[in-house]
Amino acid sequence: MEVLLFGIARDIVGKGRIHFSEKEGFPVSVGALKQALKKSYPEFAKLSSLAVAVNNDYAMDALPLHKGDEIAIIPPVSGG
Amino acid sequence: MKKPIIEIVDAIDASQVFIELGHSKSGGICVFVGTVREFTQGEEVVSLEFEAYQSMALKEMQAIAMEAAEKWQLNTVLIRHAVGAKKIEEPVVVVGASAPHRDACFEACRFLIDRLKERVPIWKKEIFKNKTVWVSAHP
Repeated sequence: MEVLLFGIARDIVGKGRIHFSEKEGFPVSVGALKQALKKSYPEFAKLSSLAVAVNNDYAMDALPLHKGDEIAIIPPVSGG
Repeated sequence: MKKPIIEIVDAIDASQVFIELGHSKSGGICVFVGTVREFTQGEEVVSLEFEAYQSMALKEMQAIAMEAAEKWQLNTVLIRHAVGAKKIEEPVVVVGASAPHRDACFEACRFLIDRLKERVPIWKKEIFKNKTVWVSAHP
Protein backbone atom coordinates (compact mmCIF):
# COMPACT_ATOMS: atom_id res chain seq x y z
CA MET A 1 0.00 0.00 0.00
CA GLU A 2 1.43 3.34 -1.09
CA VAL A 3 0.69 6.63 0.63
CA LEU A 4 1.51 9.87 -1.21
CA LEU A 5 3.04 12.76 0.71
CA PHE A 6 2.92 16.46 -0.13
CA GLY A 7 4.24 19.75 1.26
CA ILE A 8 5.45 19.58 4.83
CA ALA A 9 4.38 15.91 5.07
CA ARG A 10 7.03 15.02 2.50
CA ASP A 11 9.63 17.04 4.41
CA ILE A 12 8.74 15.30 7.70
CA VAL A 13 9.11 11.81 6.23
CA GLY A 14 11.96 12.73 3.90
CA LYS A 15 10.43 11.17 0.78
CA GLY A 16 7.40 11.47 -1.48
CA ARG A 17 5.66 8.24 -0.51
CA ILE A 18 5.46 5.64 2.24
CA HIS A 19 5.08 1.98 1.52
CA PHE A 20 3.20 -0.34 3.88
CA SER A 21 3.96 -3.97 3.11
CA GLU A 22 1.33 -6.66 3.36
CA LYS A 23 3.56 -8.45 5.92
CA GLU A 24 3.57 -5.51 8.37
CA GLY A 25 -0.15 -5.15 7.87
CA PHE A 26 -1.90 -2.22 6.20
CA PRO A 27 -3.61 0.43 8.32
CA VAL A 28 -7.26 -0.66 8.31
CA SER A 29 -8.77 2.80 8.18
CA VAL A 30 -7.98 6.47 7.64
CA GLY A 31 -7.89 6.96 11.41
CA ALA A 32 -5.47 4.04 11.84
CA LEU A 33 -3.20 5.49 9.16
CA LYS A 34 -3.10 8.87 10.95
CA GLN A 35 -2.27 7.13 14.24
CA ALA A 36 0.51 5.09 12.60
CA LEU A 37 2.01 8.23 11.07
CA LYS A 38 1.92 10.20 14.31
CA LYS A 39 3.58 7.29 16.11
CA SER A 40 6.40 6.92 13.57
CA TYR A 41 6.79 10.67 12.95
CA PRO A 42 5.77 12.75 16.00
CA GLU A 43 6.08 15.95 13.90
CA PHE A 44 2.69 15.11 12.35
CA ALA A 45 1.00 15.72 15.70
CA LYS A 46 2.28 19.33 15.69
CA LEU A 47 0.55 20.34 12.44
CA SER A 48 -2.53 22.62 12.42
CA SER A 49 -4.51 19.80 10.82
CA LEU A 50 -3.96 16.47 9.14
CA ALA A 51 -6.32 15.19 6.47
CA VAL A 52 -6.23 12.10 4.32
CA ALA A 53 -7.58 11.77 0.80
CA VAL A 54 -8.71 8.43 -0.59
CA ASN A 55 -9.17 8.24 -4.35
CA ASN A 56 -8.99 12.04 -4.61
CA ASP A 57 -11.65 12.81 -1.98
CA TYR A 58 -11.23 13.98 1.61
CA ALA A 59 -11.92 10.95 3.81
CA MET A 60 -13.38 10.57 7.31
CA ASP A 61 -11.36 8.67 9.95
CA ALA A 62 -13.81 5.73 9.88
CA LEU A 63 -13.32 5.03 6.17
CA PRO A 64 -11.73 1.60 5.63
CA LEU A 65 -8.64 1.45 3.41
CA HIS A 66 -8.22 -1.11 0.65
CA LYS A 67 -5.33 -2.33 -1.43
CA GLY A 68 -5.40 -0.36 -4.66
CA ASP A 69 -6.82 2.83 -3.14
CA GLU A 70 -4.97 6.03 -4.00
CA ILE A 71 -4.14 7.41 -0.57
CA ALA A 72 -2.59 10.80 0.13
CA ILE A 73 -1.65 12.73 3.24
CA ILE A 74 -3.00 16.28 3.06
CA PRO A 75 -1.25 18.65 5.49
CA PRO A 76 -2.83 22.13 5.97
CA VAL A 77 -3.46 23.54 2.49
CA SER A 78 -2.17 27.00 1.56
CA GLY A 79 -2.95 27.66 -2.08
CA GLY A 80 -3.94 31.04 -3.46
CA MET B 1 -23.19 27.76 -18.07
CA LYS B 2 -20.30 27.05 -20.39
CA LYS B 3 -17.89 24.29 -19.31
CA PRO B 4 -15.70 25.87 -16.59
CA ILE B 5 -12.00 26.44 -17.32
CA ILE B 6 -10.06 24.58 -14.61
CA GLU B 7 -6.27 24.40 -14.88
CA ILE B 8 -3.00 23.99 -13.03
CA VAL B 9 -0.21 25.63 -15.01
CA ASP B 10 3.45 26.62 -14.72
CA ALA B 11 2.85 30.33 -15.38
CA ILE B 12 -0.22 32.59 -15.45
CA ASP B 13 -0.86 35.31 -18.00
CA ALA B 14 -3.58 37.33 -16.27
CA SER B 15 -4.04 39.60 -19.29
CA GLN B 16 -5.86 36.91 -21.28
CA VAL B 17 -8.47 36.08 -18.64
CA PHE B 18 -11.09 38.63 -19.66
CA ILE B 19 -11.14 37.21 -23.17
CA GLU B 20 -11.52 33.66 -21.85
CA LEU B 21 -14.42 34.71 -19.62
CA GLY B 22 -16.29 36.67 -22.28
CA HIS B 23 -19.85 35.59 -23.11
CA SER B 24 -22.57 37.16 -25.25
CA LYS B 25 -25.15 36.86 -22.44
CA SER B 26 -22.89 38.39 -19.75
CA GLY B 27 -23.13 42.00 -18.66
CA GLY B 28 -20.06 41.79 -16.44
CA ILE B 29 -16.86 39.88 -15.74
CA CYS B 30 -15.10 39.74 -12.35
CA VAL B 31 -11.55 38.51 -11.97
CA PHE B 32 -9.38 38.05 -8.89
CA VAL B 33 -5.63 37.66 -9.35
CA GLY B 34 -3.51 36.52 -6.39
CA THR B 35 0.12 37.65 -6.54
CA VAL B 36 3.33 37.17 -4.54
CA ARG B 37 3.66 39.77 -1.77
CA GLU B 38 7.11 40.97 -0.77
CA PHE B 39 6.64 40.98 3.01
CA THR B 40 4.98 38.48 5.36
CA GLN B 41 4.69 39.73 8.93
CA GLY B 42 7.56 42.12 8.39
CA GLU B 43 9.90 39.55 6.88
CA GLU B 44 11.17 39.89 3.34
CA VAL B 45 10.12 37.04 1.07
CA VAL B 46 12.58 36.05 -1.67
CA SER B 47 10.16 33.80 -3.56
CA LEU B 48 7.30 31.35 -3.15
CA GLU B 49 7.07 27.75 -4.25
CA PHE B 50 3.75 26.06 -4.99
CA GLU B 51 3.14 22.36 -5.07
CA ALA B 52 -0.15 20.64 -5.99
CA TYR B 53 -1.67 17.20 -5.62
CA GLN B 54 -2.67 17.64 -9.21
CA SER B 55 -5.47 15.09 -9.74
CA MET B 56 -7.29 15.94 -6.52
CA ALA B 57 -6.70 19.70 -6.85
CA LEU B 58 -8.33 19.69 -10.29
CA LYS B 59 -11.26 17.67 -8.95
CA GLU B 60 -11.78 20.09 -6.03
CA MET B 61 -11.47 23.13 -8.30
CA GLN B 62 -14.09 21.63 -10.62
CA ALA B 63 -16.41 20.96 -7.65
CA ILE B 64 -16.03 24.57 -6.43
CA ALA B 65 -16.86 25.89 -9.91
CA MET B 66 -20.01 23.74 -10.02
CA GLU B 67 -21.04 24.86 -6.52
CA ALA B 68 -20.73 28.49 -7.64
CA ALA B 69 -22.85 27.74 -10.71
CA GLU B 70 -25.57 26.35 -8.45
CA LYS B 71 -25.56 29.42 -6.20
CA TRP B 72 -25.48 32.12 -8.87
CA GLN B 73 -26.56 32.49 -12.46
CA LEU B 74 -23.17 32.39 -14.21
CA ASN B 75 -22.25 32.09 -17.87
CA THR B 76 -18.53 31.37 -17.48
CA VAL B 77 -16.21 30.36 -14.63
CA LEU B 78 -12.42 30.07 -14.57
CA ILE B 79 -10.08 28.78 -11.85
CA ARG B 80 -6.37 28.58 -12.68
CA HIS B 81 -3.51 28.02 -10.24
CA ALA B 82 0.22 28.10 -10.89
CA VAL B 83 2.81 25.70 -9.48
CA GLY B 84 6.59 25.96 -9.15
CA ALA B 85 8.76 28.89 -8.07
CA LYS B 86 7.20 32.36 -8.22
CA LYS B 87 8.88 35.74 -7.72
CA ILE B 88 7.54 38.91 -6.08
CA GLU B 89 4.54 40.38 -7.97
CA GLU B 90 4.05 37.31 -10.16
CA PRO B 91 0.46 36.03 -10.41
CA VAL B 92 -0.04 32.66 -8.71
CA VAL B 93 -3.79 32.20 -8.94
CA VAL B 94 -6.60 33.64 -11.02
CA VAL B 95 -10.32 33.05 -10.59
CA GLY B 96 -13.18 34.71 -12.38
CA ALA B 97 -16.77 34.53 -13.48
CA SER B 98 -19.11 36.28 -15.85
CA ALA B 99 -22.83 36.74 -15.38
CA PRO B 100 -25.77 38.67 -16.79
CA HIS B 101 -25.54 41.09 -13.82
CA ARG B 102 -22.64 42.25 -11.69
CA ASP B 103 -23.84 41.15 -8.24
CA ALA B 104 -23.59 37.49 -9.19
CA CYS B 105 -20.08 37.73 -10.61
CA PHE B 106 -18.72 39.78 -7.69
CA GLU B 107 -20.08 37.28 -5.17
CA ALA B 108 -19.06 34.24 -7.19
CA CYS B 109 -15.51 35.53 -7.63
CA ARG B 110 -15.10 35.91 -3.86
CA PHE B 111 -16.59 32.45 -3.29
CA LEU B 112 -14.19 30.84 -5.79
CA ILE B 113 -11.02 32.16 -4.16
CA ASP B 114 -12.24 31.63 -0.57
CA ARG B 115 -13.21 28.00 -1.16
CA LEU B 116 -9.98 27.36 -3.10
CA LYS B 117 -7.91 28.55 -0.15
CA GLU B 118 -9.90 26.35 2.25
CA ARG B 119 -9.79 23.00 0.54
CA VAL B 120 -7.84 22.69 -2.71
CA PRO B 121 -4.73 20.57 -2.03
CA ILE B 122 -2.07 23.07 -3.02
CA TRP B 123 0.80 24.09 -0.74
CA LYS B 124 2.86 27.25 -0.57
CA LYS B 125 6.41 27.44 0.75
CA GLU B 126 7.80 30.86 1.60
CA ILE B 127 11.49 31.24 0.91
CA PHE B 128 13.09 33.87 3.12
CA LYS B 129 16.77 34.87 3.07
CA ASN B 130 17.69 32.42 5.83
CA LYS B 131 14.79 29.96 6.16
CA THR B 132 11.85 28.33 4.40
CA VAL B 133 8.33 27.95 5.82
CA TRP B 134 5.34 25.86 4.68
CA VAL B 135 2.51 28.37 5.07
CA SER B 136 -0.23 27.50 7.63
CA ALA B 137 1.40 24.17 8.50
CA HIS B 138 1.68 24.94 12.21
CA PRO B 139 -0.76 26.69 14.55
